[in-house]
Amino acid sequence: MLLIQCPYCGERPEPEFVYGGQAHIARPQPSAELSDQEWTNFLYRRNNTRGAHAERWRHTHGCGRFFNALRDTTTDHFLATYKLSEPPPRPPAESAE
Amino acid sequence: MRDLTQARRGPLLKPGALVKTLPPATRFILRGGPAVRAAAEQALALEVPASPCRAALDGERAALWLGPDEWLLLASEGSAASRAPALSAALQALPHSLVDISHRQIALAVEGPAAETLLAAGCPLDLDARAFPIGMCTRTVLGKAEIVLWRTGTEAFRIEVWRSFAGYLCAFLAEAAHGIG
Amino acid sequence: MTQGFRTVSGGRIDRARVLRFSFDGHAYAGVAGDTLASALLANGVHLLGRSFKYHRPRGLLAAGSEEPSALVAVRRDAARYTPNLRATQVELYEGLEAHSQNRWPSLALDFGAVNDLLSPFIPAGFYYKTFMWPRRAWRWLYEPRIRAAAGLGRAPTQPDPDRYASRYAHCDVLVVGAGPAGLAAAAAAVGAGARVILCDEQNELGGSLLSDSSRAAPVIDGRPAARWLDDTLADLAARQVTLLPRTTAFGYFPHNLVALNERLTDHLAIPAALAPRERQWQVRAREVVLATGAIERPLVFPGNDRPGIMLAAAARTWLNRYGVLPGTRAVVVTASDAAYEAALDLQQAGLAIAMIAEVRDAVPAGLADLTRAAGIPVLTGATVLGTSGRRRVQAIRLARIRHGAVSEPKTLRCDLVLMSGGFTPSVHLFSQSRGTLAWDDAVQAFLPAVLAERARSAGACRGVFELARVRSDGAAAGAAAAREATAPGREGVCPAGALGRSVAAAAAGSAEELAGARGFAGALPQPQRARGKAFVDWQNDVTTRDLALATREGFRSIEHIKRYTTTGMATDQGKTSNLNALGVVSGTLGKAIPDMGLTTFRMPYTPVTFGSFAGSARGDLFDPVRTTPMHSWAVKNGAVFEDVGLWKRARHFPCPGEDLHRAVNRECLTVRNACGIFDASTLGKIEVVGKDAVTFMNRLYTNAWSSLAVGRCRYGVLLRDDGFVYDDGVVARMAEDRFHVTTTTGGAPRVLALMEDYLQTEWPDLGVWLTSTTEQWAVIAVQGPTARPVLESLVDIDMSAAAMPHMSVAVGHICGVPMRLFRVSFSGELGFEVNVPADFGAAVWEAISEAGQAHGITPYGTETMHVLRAEKGYIIVGQDTDGTVTPEDAGLGWAIGKNKPDFLGKRSLQRPAMTSADRRQLVGLLTVDPATVLDEGAQVMLEPAAPVPTRPIGHVTSSYYSATLGRSIALALIGGGRSRSGQTLYVPMPQGDVPVQVASPVFYDPKGERLNA
Ligand SMILES: [Zn+2]
Repeated sequence: MLLIQCPYCGERPEPEFVYGGQAHIARPQPSAELSDQEWTNFLYRRNNTRGAHAERWRHTHGCGRFFNALRDTTTDHFLATYKLSEPPPRPPAESAE
Repeated sequence: MRDLTQARRGPLLKPGALVKTLPPATRFILRGGPAVRAAAEQALALEVPASPCRAALDGERAALWLGPDEWLLLASEGSAASRAPALSAALQALPHSLVDISHRQIALAVEGPAAETLLAAGCPLDLDARAFPIGMCTRTVLGKAEIVLWRTGTEAFRIEVWRSFAGYLCAFLAEAAHGIG
Repeated sequence: MTQGFRTVSGGRIDRARVLRFSFDGHAYAGVAGDTLASALLANGVHLLGRSFKYHRPRGLLAAGSEEPSALVAVRRDAARYTPNLRATQVELYEGLEAHSQNRWPSLALDFGAVNDLLSPFIPAGFYYKTFMWPRRAWRWLYEPRIRAAAGLGRAPTQPDPDRYASRYAHCDVLVVGAGPAGLAAAAAAVGAGARVILCDEQNELGGSLLSDSSRAAPVIDGRPAARWLDDTLADLAARQVTLLPRTTAFGYFPHNLVALNERLTDHLAIPAALAPRERQWQVRAREVVLATGAIERPLVFPGNDRPGIMLAAAARTWLNRYGVLPGTRAVVVTASDAAYEAALDLQQAGLAIAMIAEVRDAVPAGLADLTRAAGIPVLTGATVLGTSGRRRVQAIRLARIRHGAVSEPKTLRCDLVLMSGGFTPSVHLFSQSRGTLAWDDAVQAFLPAVLAERARSAGACRGVFELARVRSDGAAAGAAAAREATAPGREGVCPAGALGRSVAAAAAGSAEELAGARGFAGALPQPQRARGKAFVDWQNDVTTRDLALATREGFRSIEHIKRYTTTGMATDQGKTSNLNALGVVSGTLGKAIPDMGLTTFRMPYTPVTFGSFAGSARGDLFDPVRTTPMHSWAVKNGAVFEDVGLWKRARHFPCPGEDLHRAVNRECLTVRNACGIFDASTLGKIEVVGKDAVTFMNRLYTNAWSSLAVGRCRYGVLLRDDGFVYDDGVVARMAEDRFHVTTTTGGAPRVLALMEDYLQTEWPDLGVWLTSTTEQWAVIAVQGPTARPVLESLVDIDMSAAAMPHMSVAVGHICGVPMRLFRVSFSGELGFEVNVPADFGAAVWEAISEAGQAHGITPYGTETMHVLRAEKGYIIVGQDTDGTVTPEDAGLGWAIGKNKPDFLGKRSLQRPAMTSADRRQLVGLLTVDPATVLDEGAQVMLEPAAPVPTRPIGHVTSSYYSATLGRSIALALIGGGRSRSGQTLYVPMPQGDVPVQVASPVFYDPKGERLNA
């Protein structure tokens, strides 16, 4: 059971959250103008990051807000969490592969 | 035509030790931006908290912060009816959502020196008064149910839970009461 | 019933309180404070079990949770039977009934012991090699036999009647282990103002202090250790430290979550009726202090596993804590100083010490004086060539080995062999926390090196052994932990900064201390052609020969050797074996121990019951059971329920004598000919409100919503962006800026989550908000030709076809209660859905039922609902779709707003694969024999009796008997289905291939005349 810093509510236990996949993938609009390959990439291609991974979480059983997090996939420790409206903070240099 | 306006029937509940069911209440979910919050505050003459996870209580009425754009407005049945039109009118010009959910959920009170310990059987939050003081409220989980938990006193909590989960929740707490010794 | 090996005084037992118990049916007596193990030893019983693989007689190696062999079952009654308990951890109570395991027919005479003689044929990894041929024999011969022989202990056969509690806890400092280091840590932490929890797996807090002798009792703070212990515990309790004896910290999880299992009643003769047996704690600690101590290492020599051969520290515990003499005449084999203390304690208690065989070349000076004074002969540079004795050790053969040559061999008679290979710091929990261990040359052990969590180790678990240093190490750790936990600038409970910090070095120990504890890892030297099994891992029956075999067969990595030989696996997790295994492999491969690394320690530290994990989540509390406001009425009226997600839904309402089939036929015909009433409250409902509500709906659902007038409804289809049907439901426009959206019963939470996702992450600029109203409304469907007259008398609105056409909604009252009335139909008949605030649901339902009596109303359940909708070809998402079905596939192409610039899934629908003509499409199937009802899920074939393997072209998704049509009907997804109309296909069923004809999925009233009545 991880502890996750909700940018609105503070540090809260994992059972209150739902994981939301890789972050910073905007739905292309209008979608009609994308080629099949571009659309497929948007739908299905995701990184398999070792180290700092930008990902979405939702504080479903809390404030209900989606937010983004940088989590080190090798340690499960969060380097940062931030609101959707905020840019991703740069991961600390030492956490790079 | 028959009149069934007095024929309310809540879920059948068997609350265990330290738990009691609270009477029906009028409930609204208010959603919108900061202007909506301010306008509601004025129309209701009741603090509508801007701070996360805070509840404001004034006699029979209360406003609970559930999210940055979501509040639960609570009132005892009698006191509510008169205020609802005023609220709607005050918010009319602002983009918002106001939805009556009076029947969606029921309320339980958990009271006594062991209240924290009882809730700790299924709630992963730190309920110590230093971490969860009087006036704090939040959606969270208790066992396998989602609840709104609000500390109303040193040894008192109010739980709001969707009605179909209330039976489970009472049974869960009754069972948990065996394990708090 | 004598306790012939009980001392007359001393120990932490109450000799006046005699407790009777049985072991394998024999009656014995022990005393309060005993464990099963100490009580059996007091009665001279050393044979406690048979080993896992070779069925060798086994006794007690250890006195604590590290005991690998003496696994017993404890039976309280027919349902309360717990296997695989370590006898050393079973507290004695009046009437305890224990049984040995892994033997047949009895412990003394065990036929399985033939495995010991067959052992040349069952070496390490034998099951990977032996049972390869013939392959077919696996099913009927090898697997059943292996399964029967494998496993340890017998599973209980009845449901567990006990209660298990659970608790989340939070603290500043969690201290694991209540020995001198842990006690000092807890005292220092609480002294610094921290919230502290202190747990220990033993029934008493005190750790190693509980086993100290009066002969050499340590003095702490000017008081005897026992007094100091009592004072300290009283002080901690008074300062609100949560003290948890009988509580094992069994797992260390990310972000300083430590799982504890507290045993509450297993030590009681008669537990209170409703009291939980165990409580599982999930403790979130800002800082953790691990004071888990060290475990004495056995020595590895031939025949080292006979009953009566045990760790020296264990013997000391038997004597000093339990007042038990574990034998009469002992030989001590040691590579560490601690065994001398045991020898001197036991000798003073009257036990003869025949010899101390010192593995090292010299005896430390101070100890040499003591042994000389006590008259105990010492053989230095010693090794053990073997032991003898069938069910108990009777003699030991000692010798010196110099340059491979054996000298001075001697055989000594004894009934007790004590051994000590030094101490292995207990780093299990530290390793579970993903901390990195490093080999310490001075201590000759793996010690915590790099942190992955906010943890500190203190005392023997990090190689600090001398009591005064242990206590100061503990106090320093407790104080530092409290300081960091309560530091003003700390960023929350679990700041990420703990990662990668190196462990602060402990104050260096004296050379004597380190030399005394360091001991020996690996096998004692043996002559060239040594005989007999030298055990490394008692629990998994792994010998030096197995390890040597593994290296001969090419295994090099210690992780591979572990899996091949099973050393360090199972419940034991290498507590007594891992360093010796490393030592043996290191010797064989000529590679230093630190260069080989260490295997990973897994949770749980010791086994935890399933009950503890389940907690209260069983039976009625396994999952929430959700019921609707009309549930009581349905129960009263004989409904048979089915589970739909977490909901209980009435499946049918049988009249007396009716089975499901007949009840459903009757309910269907009544709805078609008169009227039925159906509880649809479980449907998901979402109130979509805001100035941009219609824009939001247009982007989300396939349909065109701008044209939907206030007061009208439309069937909506929701796709995911991959183009596949995700959910469906009726959507009503209550106002320009307000929609009442319904979802499937199971889809309610995920549709709301999907909506919130797009709203928050893609379109935060839209002025729209969502509120779940699923439970605000009770929904009562009234369906059938007489539905209008049934309701008309109860409502205050005009229900005429002109005022309320099909797919309209109106707001009004029913019996004075506020209502949203929908004219919608999932049955194909004239239909209405009455939505009233949930608390009024039951009364309104009763009023409608009553009013309906004159119009032939019947209650109906989900089964009838399914048949009625299938007759009309209405799909159920999740039954007729499976996440690979497009709207076109499901025949819902008409629901797509063709002129909309975008909606979820639109782009995907244009991909070539999504428009291919041979996609599986929803069609109707009519069996040639109208009485045959197809199996749902059955495959559909082009040809009858197709040779296997073959490719089905589709499958049956829904299948029922239709009383209305007097025949069976089915829906199916068939490749290119709509172009196959009239074609005959074949459905393999248990009775053979059933011929079916492809038909339209709308079997009843295809023009929809009844709907619009
Ligand atoms: Zn939150």
